[in-house]
Amino acid sequence: MKTDIILAGVGGQGILSIAAVIGKAALEDGLYMKQSEVHGMSQRGGDVQSHLRLSDKPIASDLIPLGTADIIISLEPMEALRYLPYMQSDAWVVSNSKPFENIANYPDYAQLMAEYDRLPHKIIFDVEQIAKDFGTPRVGNVVLLGAASPYLGIDFAKLENGIRSIFGKKGEEVVAINLQALQAGRKQCELNKL
Amino acid sequence: MKKQLLLGDEAIAQAAIDAGLSGVYSYPGTPSTEITEYIQQWAKTSDNKTVAVWCANEKTAVETAFGMSYAGKRTLSCMKHVGLNVAADAFMNIAMSGINGGMLIVTADDPSMHSSQNEQDNRVYGNFAMIPVFEPSNQQEAYDMVYEAYDLSEKWGYPVLLRITTRMAHSRAGVTTRPVQAQKPLHLEDNSMSKYTLLPVNARKRYKALIEAQKVFETASETSKYNRLYTVNHHTCRGVVACGIAFNYLQESYPDSFDCPVLKISQYPLPKQQLRELASLCDEILVLEDGYPIVEEQLKGILNTGLTIHGRLDGTLPRDGELNPDIVKHALGFAVTKPYNVPEVVVARPPALCMGCGHRDVYEALNEVVKEYPNAKVFSDIGCYTLGALPPFRAIDSCIDMGASITMARGASDAGVFPAIAVIGDSTFTHSGMTGLLDCVNSNANVLIIISDNETTGMTGGQDSAATGRIHAICQGLGVASEHLHGVVPLKKNFEELKNLIRQEIEYQGVSVIVPCRECIQTHARKVKEKHLKQQA
Ligand SMILES: Cc1ncc(C[n+]2csc(CCOP(=O)(O)OP(=O)(O)O)c2C)c(N)n1
Ligand code: SF4
Repeated sequence: MKTDIILAGVGGQGILSIAAVIGKAALEDGLYMKQSEVHGMSQRGGDVQSHLRLSDKPIASDLIPLGTADIIISLEPMEALRYLPYMQSDAWVVSNSKPFENIANYPDYAQLMAEYDRLPHKIIFDVEQIAKDFGTPRVGNVVLLGAASPYLGIDFAKLENGIRSIFGKKGEEVVAINLQALQAGRKQCELNKL
Repeated sequence: MKKQLLLGDEAIAQAAIDAGLSGVYSYPGTPSTEITEYIQQWAKTSDNKTVAVWCANEKTAVETAFGMSYAGKRTLSCMKHVGLNVAADAFMNIAMSGINGGMLIVTADDPSMHSSQNEQDNRVYGNFAMIPVFEPSNQQEAYDMVYEAYDLSEKWGYPVLLRITTRMAHSRAGVTTRPVQAQKPLHLEDNSMSKYTLLPVNARKRYKALIEAQKVFETASETSKYNRLYTVNHHTCRGVVACGIAFNYLQESYPDSFDCPVLKISQYPLPKQQLRELASLCDEILVLEDGYPIVEEQLKGILNTGLTIHGRLDGTLPRDGELNPDIVKHALGFAVTKPYNVPEVVVARPPALCMGCGHRDVYEALNEVVKEYPNAKVFSDIGCYTLGALPPFRAIDSCIDMGASITMARGASDAGVFPAIAVIGDSTFTHSGMTGLLDCVNSNANVLIIISDNETTGMTGGQDSAATGRIHAICQGLGVASEHLHGVVPLKKNFEELKNLIRQEIEYQGVSVIVPCRECIQTHARKVKEKHLKQQA
């Protein structure tokens, strides 16, 4: 078993919380894991990415080689496309459809979506819209994780345990909302799968 | 023992804690910051007496750590690569005197300059100071090396340098920890005055001792478990030297086993015998090292056989930038295939000052006034406010090294630049700006210095700033006239006031200092959150 995951987004969106949940789940599954993160300069609203590698064998490189990633999970539609060179031909792209426009020359939305039309497998939907149903847009990350969950090579139940252990210290209520958000994301996967 | 998922930085921190650390003294800098932060978090929750603090700069940090080592305790000092330039005077001379309690200095280098002004390779410093350098290839090794480095440092009587890169610092993997050791008791050496007093008469003896110690360091490298020769059972054309994290990229290309001899190097000085042995097994050597072509250069002298050496110098690998699995794969002659390219619609997304940041208000006012002075030059410095170089502000003309804003403004002013304006952050000011300000005052330089005070070290994630609450007193103490020392809150409603102050002090012939002060909104938000969590608990 091997899953190479690229997490993408804009500094401040919180892609690392997704990585944290997957990491906990992978550890519980007895998998090897390496995850490289971006700290520092780019966190101020620049593009950020994280390479997350899971395997049942020891992992050598902290970075995913080009053309080999199995899935891109992105909190922002343009940011997902930035990492296409890492993707193997049959990979999945799971992305939020809502642009984060903090630059003057943000591309035309229709053109952006035309690029998605070319991809073999994608799930793209407005994550914040779903998150709003939970009364807190902050669960958007977990909704997105739910949508990506069938492609990670990790049991859904293990991801749920990951949520319990990451959010546990914030109280029962927060855990419950995030578990529901994970389920809601999973449902979106079925609805939006292309 | 159970595996923990740790960043390279956290693995280093945990190892130092487990090795009986008594004090860490550092100055923040990406990618080293999380080491000290991790120890600070731990120190809060346990009843040990470990000191874990930020110092005014890297030099004060290293010297303080050294003072603790003098008293027999285990110490640590962490910094980014350029921080070691600031601490270099201390660093070079501590190698001369040697240490008492185990002392480890961590340099976190930043090839590809993810968050830095240059990509200097501080293995050079280890060689320069003639002390052992460790360069881990993965997080577990980082942990093990630090855990063992304290014993070695004490056995050898010298400090040890640990060199990591951004990728190692900020990558997470499972790490198995070892038993916690007790802290060392206070223990002073007998008759140590001549060791620690580097008068020429003593220094000459210490230097001979340091030269003598090289044999010990070299033997340690030859026998180190971190340096390992992997052989194959036939002579091959190629052999590979892989240093530090480059070894992982090499392994990525050979998931099962190597098809040629490989020497993994993670401890310096270089193991010359092992290098010669590798050379005897092949016809040419490829050197993989993240940073400068240091091993590649030294190897030519060590072998001195005219054997072909490939690496960054002959163009087999790029001369600059971080290595990665693809660059290494390509250098090994394997094809790198990628089915997709970055679509053209994707544009760059550079970092920017946060919305609501006080530095924004400062630059907006400064830009308006500077428009009135076509020859104005704004010398800036290092911190979040350096982002004022990018659109929409384009407000600054320079950023070189910490503190250079004030000193460059003075030099340019002496040369006739008017107005010569410096913009510096609060932490940078106490790091290296104060001495430059004293120079300005002593020469009555015609400069305007804006200390944009956000009461934190913002760029590196909001560590305490040594300047907080002290800037006015420091400026006064250094001799800035009270009439030309102003405070203001950088908010929209004070826009005109700030502009007027800037214009007025540009016109004043002499040293003036304006201190716009408003807390960084990120640090503020974090503090509110922490307080909230504490109240809940
Ligand atoms: C010698 C050196 N040490 C550390 C750093 C890392 N560094 C870059 S910016 C910065 C913080 C500056 O803080 P401050 O001046 O208060 O500005 P702010 O980021 O808060 O706006 C640090 C520590 C560096 N570039 N050079
Ligand atoms: S982190 Fe603080 S100082 Fe830096 S840009 Fe944001 S608000 Fe400004």
